[in-house]
Amino acid sequence: MGAKKENSDNEMDEKVKKYLRGEAANLEGLKDKKLKGQLAVREDLYGKSAKTAAKIEKWLLPSEGGYLEAEGIEKTWRMKQESIAREVDILSSRNQYDIVLPELGPYTLDFTSNGRYMAAAGRKGHLAIVDMKTLNLIKEIQVRETVRDVAYLHNELFFAAAQKKYPYIYNRDGTELHCLKEHGAVLRLQFLKNHFLLASINKFGQLRYQDVTMGEMIGNIRTGLGRTDVMQVNPYNGVVALGHSSGTVTMWKPTSAVPLVKMLSHPGPVSSLAFHPNGHLMATSGRENKIKIWDLRKFEVIQTLPCHAKTLNFSQKGLLAAGTGSFIQILADFSGSQNYSSYMTHSMAKGYQVGKLLFRPYEDVLGIGHSMGWSSILIPGSGEPNFDSWVANPFETSKQRREKEVHSLLDKLPPETIMLDPTKVGTVRAPQKKEKPTKKDIEAEMEAAIETAKDTEFKKKTKGRNKPSKRATKRREMIGRAKRPFLEQRTQEHETSRKKQKTNPETEMPKSLQRFVRQKAT
Amino acid sequence: MKVKVISRSTDEFTRERSQDLQRVFRNFDPSLRSQEKAVEYVRALNAAKLDKIFARPFIGAMDGHRDSIKCMAKNPNHLKAIFSGSDDGDIRLWDIASRRTVCQFPGHQGAVQGLTVSTDGSILVSCGSDCTVRLWNVSDAHLADSDYLSDNSAKPQAVYVWKNAFRAVDHQWDGDLFATAGAQVDIWNHNRSQPVNTFDWGADTTISIRFNPGEPNILATSANDRSITLYDLRMSSPARKVIMRTKTNSIAWNPMEPMNFTAANEDCNCYSYDARKLEEAKCVHKDHVSAVMDIDFSPTGREFVTGSYDRTVRIFQYNGGHSREIYHTKRMQRVFCVKYSCDASYVISGSDDTNLRLWKAKASEQLGVVLPRERKKHEYLEAVKNRYKHLPEVKRIVRHRHLPRPVYKAANLRRTMIEAERRKEQRRKAHSAPGSMVTEPVRKRRIIKEVE
Repeated sequence: MGAKKENSDNEMDEKVKKYLRGEAANLEGLKDKKLKGQLAVREDLYGKSAKTAAKIEKWLLPSEGGYLEAEGIEKTWRMKQESIAREVDILSSRNQYDIVLPELGPYTLDFTSNGRYMAAAGRKGHLAIVDMKTLNLIKEIQVRETVRDVAYLHNELFFAAAQKKYPYIYNRDGTELHCLKEHGAVLRLQFLKNHFLLASINKFGQLRYQDVTMGEMIGNIRTGLGRTDVMQVNPYNGVVALGHSSGTVTMWKPTSAVPLVKMLSHPGPVSSLAFHPNGHLMATSGRENKIKIWDLRKFEVIQTLPCHAKTLNFSQKGLLAAGTGSFIQILADFSGSQNYSSYMTHSMAKGYQVGKLLFRPYEDVLGIGHSMGWSSILIPGSGEPNFDSWVANPFETSKQRREKEVHSLLDKLPPETIMLDPTKVGTVRAPQKKEKPTKKDIEAEMEAAIETAKDTEFKKKTKGRNKPSKRATKRREMIGRAKRPFLEQRTQEHETSRKKQKTNPETEMPKSLQRFVRQKAT
Repeated sequence: MKVKVISRSTDEFTRERSQDLQRVFRNFDPSLRSQEKAVEYVRALNAAKLDKIFARPFIGAMDGHRDSIKCMAKNPNHLKAIFSGSDDGDIRLWDIASRRTVCQFPGHQGAVQGLTVSTDGSILVSCGSDCTVRLWNVSDAHLADSDYLSDNSAKPQAVYVWKNAFRAVDHQWDGDLFATAGAQVDIWNHNRSQPVNTFDWGADTTISIRFNPGEPNILATSANDRSITLYDLRMSSPARKVIMRTKTNSIAWNPMEPMNFTAANEDCNCYSYDARKLEEAKCVHKDHVSAVMDIDFSPTGREFVTGSYDRTVRIFQYNGGHSREIYHTKRMQRVFCVKYSCDASYVISGSDDTNLRLWKAKASEQLGVVLPRERKKHEYLEAVKNRYKHLPEVKRIVRHRHLPRPVYKAANLRRTMIEAERRKEQRRKAHSAPGSMVTEPVRKRRIIKEVE
């Protein structure tokens, strides 16, 4: 009984820690009593609200997450999708299907943030929007051009397709709204939700950010690292990561022409990249059949997995999907200590080449875009069971969608808020210590000043005024003038050092004169 | 095997009938939301800007007096009414909602120097420079008799003549005594035509007087000899006195913390004192550029409003060193009296230009009935703005107030002078023996001495 209670206490403590969002402020060093009191009251309030949120999480959330547990000698990674489909309810088993469209090329997909709608794009120009709840095809169009990537904008009404020459923005009805000529031939598109920025990487390795609300081009960065089609957005801080053919992973923000971070991750080209939703983990894979899991706070490898991966994707609950050829492996960390191990596997029919893996938000479903169309399989435990209506609502009505659009536009973040550590907003910058110039520096400055003084050209005077002695005195005068500020500084320093020496009279003054020594104020 | 997959049935998550409300589900997990601090910052910035857009504090002016308004009184039982007295002896009762005079009380021959209403709202006491104290019956029944339209003038219930001109009057909070200030402090009863008691300490005129809201027998007065004196009626002798460097024009007790009072001083500052410890001011409120003429606390006890000779009205926090808000108009001249309305939403100022002006206490407040959702939104915006108000962009917007040019220049001049004085003080201290020069804290600096 005592152990159980301890366990539950630990659990609650962990939850409370999560809701506290960081350390409490250290109020010990404050001398201002009024401020100290006010801050102490606030910290108390934070503690109380974190505890309430933890209790709500424990008792009031409507749904529970999915799970897959093996019994006896069974192993979870040997369980097939058919056997899972037999055990779950009809509604969920409908989420497992294969759509075969062999003529229209490898497919890539994108989900809206609430997981309700999916946009699928075939390489040969097929664009389709599907409502995932009812599995209805809303609209499909054939653009008769190569389509390399598709990305939803802020809601299901708009999506962008990276076509042969330029990316285009389409409406839900398939109407072409915009042709984004400045981007050029785009290989990958990503949308930053909080900033309303459409990021694209094109054939020449140029990274562009465009604000889709006003159409302004915010950033145009020439990466200088060549053509790459590995691009992901870190949802935690809005930073775009590119994987290059030299094996480096670079991270960018729209306001700087230099990458924020450049890390050498693989000996060969980086084949894919994925970010964990909490922003601290990144998975990269290279051609040498290894997946590396990085901790982004320290930029260190936590784990290396011997696994083939041409595409990677993290789910909301932290499951990692890795796919090559027609084989997909799902890795999960069961202990919570970022130690990934095999959880499930799925092999598709031979000849199906996996192009893109994407977990569907708020559902236990993995969407697979492959060379013969697209499929969807069930991965229990991958989706977040409890959604927040103000963040993403899978059951959104059109009125709610309109309201959400307006509110998210009002909360649109300026591009300057993209930084590696997003919690830095509102903090105080540490005061910069101005360094005193060293003696060498001062001497070097003086020499430089003397040199310039020596080099000054004097006006050529005529009619007996241009005597050499006069010229020499003038030159000496100029050099003296250049030297003067440095000499003054030197004498000042000598004086101050002398004064400091003088204020140690106890050692020097004889005893009879001790009473005349200046007493320092205690 | 044991397997479970997330499956949400539509009817659990959507409403049953179209007349139901839409269902809202919350999950407060921080991992669902990214960049929370940046979003809050953007909201704080927008809230600060919206605040400034909706900041329209001036509601209206009440016109009618023919001379400058010297004193005002509020009836604690009526929210909509205010009395004002002017320099030509005219006393009027105003209805704030319609901004019109309800009733006039003529009778004073000279300037009306003080007005006060008894706590039950039945008697208005006015005193003037014609050495009279007049009592008027202002109970509801009596006022309802008179005709509203004809601006009927009322007759005084009683007129008491005394030896000297009066400067101020205040009524006890829980009794039937009132005190007048003039050459000495007199305590009167409603029914007696002569003062019941007299206090005299010092040789100079008493210019303002205030009874303590918590302790009905204690009153504070300020006199022309730059002193603030506390009297206790039960002891029939003055209790304590503190002498400052400049004279105090008005005093107001904090209704929520009745041991504290704030004094509006001639040296452009207001000093908050704890009445039990008069040797040091609790807080110095600095922002005016000319003498502060009148002060009144909000019924919440958290803010007070001051009117000053520099033609501005400022609102301060009870413990804040600088003003939260400043109100000014081109037409408003020297402000001689201010009152905070009893519902803490409005501020009324009476000034030299014969007008009473009505202002909002919170400049961007939405008046009228506020729906609960609107109110929550306002509270949220206020809270998020306060969280980020120290950041430079937000601070610039929140702090920005347009000042009239003379006030701006005067403030700059004062600042330069004070800076110069401070620098000289610092240099004197640096060049003298350490410990020989002690800087006095500001709270003590303006006090000369405390006398028992």
